[in-house]
Amino acid sequence: MRVTRVPKFLITFLFTSVVLTAGWSTAGRAQDDPLRLEILEGVIAALPMAAPTFVAETPQSQAMANNITSVLIADLVGSGLFREIPRQAHIGRITNFDAPVQFAEWRAINAEVLITGSVSLLSGSQETNGEIVVKFRVYDIVAGINLGKGMQYRARSSDWRRVAHKIGDQVYNRVTGEDGYFDSRIVFVSEFGKKTERTKRLTIMDYDGANVQYLTSGRDIVIAPRFSPDSSEIIYTSFATGKPAVVTMNINERKPRVLWSIPDMTFSPRFSPDGGRVLISRTRGANTDIYEINLATRRATRLTTNPGIDTAPVYSPDGERIAFESDRGRSPQLYVMDLDELKPRRISFGGGSYGTPVWSPRGDYIAFTKRLDGAFHIGVMRVDGSGERLLTRSFLDEGPTWSPNGRVLVFFREERGEAGGPALYSVDLTGRNLKRLSTPGYASDPNWSRLR
Amino acid sequence: MRVLVSLLACVVGIAACAPGENATMEADALASGQESGIQAIPFESPEYLVQNIGDRIFFDVDSSALSIEAEETLSEQVNWLRANSGYRVTIEGHADERGTREYNLALGARRAEAVRSFLIQNGVSATRLTTVSYGKERPELPCSFEQCWSQNRRAVTATSQS
Repeated sequence: MRVTRVPKFLITFLFTSVVLTAGWSTAGRAQDDPLRLEILEGVIAALPMAAPTFVAETPQSQAMANNITSVLIADLVGSGLFREIPRQAHIGRITNFDAPVQFAEWRAINAEVLITGSVSLLSGSQETNGEIVVKFRVYDIVAGINLGKGMQYRARSSDWRRVAHKIGDQVYNRVTGEDGYFDSRIVFVSEFGKKTERTKRLTIMDYDGANVQYLTSGRDIVIAPRFSPDSSEIIYTSFATGKPAVVTMNINERKPRVLWSIPDMTFSPRFSPDGGRVLISRTRGANTDIYEINLATRRATRLTTNPGIDTAPVYSPDGERIAFESDRGRSPQLYVMDLDELKPRRISFGGGSYGTPVWSPRGDYIAFTKRLDGAFHIGVMRVDGSGERLLTRSFLDEGPTWSPNGRVLVFFREERGEAGGPALYSVDLTGRNLKRLSTPGYASDPNWSRLR
Repeated sequence: MRVLVSLLACVVGIAACAPGENATMEADALASGQESGIQAIPFESPEYLVQNIGDRIFFDVDSSALSIEAEETLSEQVNWLRANSGYRVTIEGHADERGTREYNLALGARRAEAVRSFLIQNGVSATRLTTVSYGKERPELPCSFEQCWSQNRRAVTATSQS
């Protein structure tokens, strides 16, 4: 990470169906050198940030103000890019959101970024899910200027965590120039019970582990769920029919439907970036090949014909290429091919075996699982196979998934033996900031949604 | 006679039922077994296939090739299946935990298919056979050492009355 002073920055306003957004200008004077944090080769020092508790405009909104500020701070500190200056060190006090900020008071405690905000309940109460209005401003303390315009979010009380995440994404964007990843969700498989007879339940939660919901009962084994691009559907592999079959489920309706009713085993489904197509593996006899299903025409096209196992396919962000895993050269390796040519080219040559390729949302990297000398790694390489870097190592690390902005990977790590079980972890693209995610039970097969 | 002794040993739990241990059994075991009224498993019972032939075979790492021992077991399964034509078979393919989940599903399918092909080639009707892969989802043994992994890389012949 490098902190530089660059002449221009972008102000991004978000418009979504859930949260109403209205920008409103501040008197902040634009200078020529606002703060810009560039994420380069890993975080050397996190940016010191002050985030006093948002001002409660009414007594009834105090608890909400506390909670929103806490989630916002957890997002920013959790990214590894920010460090919170503790409240007891603050000299300045924010009691009126619209009063001018005394930059000297924040400079004195070496804050470089200040976030202020206010929370008011428009109507009803938190109990009746009344509307809230949350305002915030971001300040570059060193330059003594506003970092972007003040904004406000208006939402139902029940969406308060999303409001906090959206403010976090705004701060992340204003400071780094890149999109954030906080207002997002993770779908994964919860695992319970003995290792030899695990119960597995499709589960969805916010990226930070809040709002856990189970989508299946646990009666059938479920494997490797993936979000549709608009996050309304989950596609996964289920044993509900007695053998593995690809199933789709609308998150709200929760009625699983088999994608392709054939006697053969189908598995490892992945949506295309536009949501119109799905890649799957189909096993006939000893042979597993990759097929593409056009969801509008319901036509299936066979993409690989090699007698080996071809599986774990994934689209490139432009939808024109795929990467997949194949043991056509004996050990499982990674291959890439153009969909209009269908000529696979091997890209993994670093020794050991490779699986589960995942294309970065930026298109520049492919993350993978690697097995080498009895250990498992999560790693990344460029799309042509160059620049391989291993980010983790353990008894069993598997199944990486990218944050919406391509800066962070979540994967699962399984401990050894009878008492061992899988858990979700996150790690920066740089290999730093390895953290375990909080889940109700064992957890595996994560997939990260796009920004909501 | 040796087979019968081994059978009884299985029933009363005196010793393991693995092939090759029959010769170590003493004739006394037969006598005592009979005295306590224990019955041998009848050949017609699916339990015979499980206990006396062996309902499973094992594979090397990342392999679906049938070993000599595996083919011997499967040959006996063929004899049983041809003599007991009223049973259908589901062949379950499994993998150990040392591979990625989706690859292991395909690998388990390849192992199940290796057994299915052997049974068909040796005269079992294909219409009686189905396969299912569990990948690494259902290990037989939970430890994370080769002694467990070698038992988890398996194909299991499960019978049901048709």
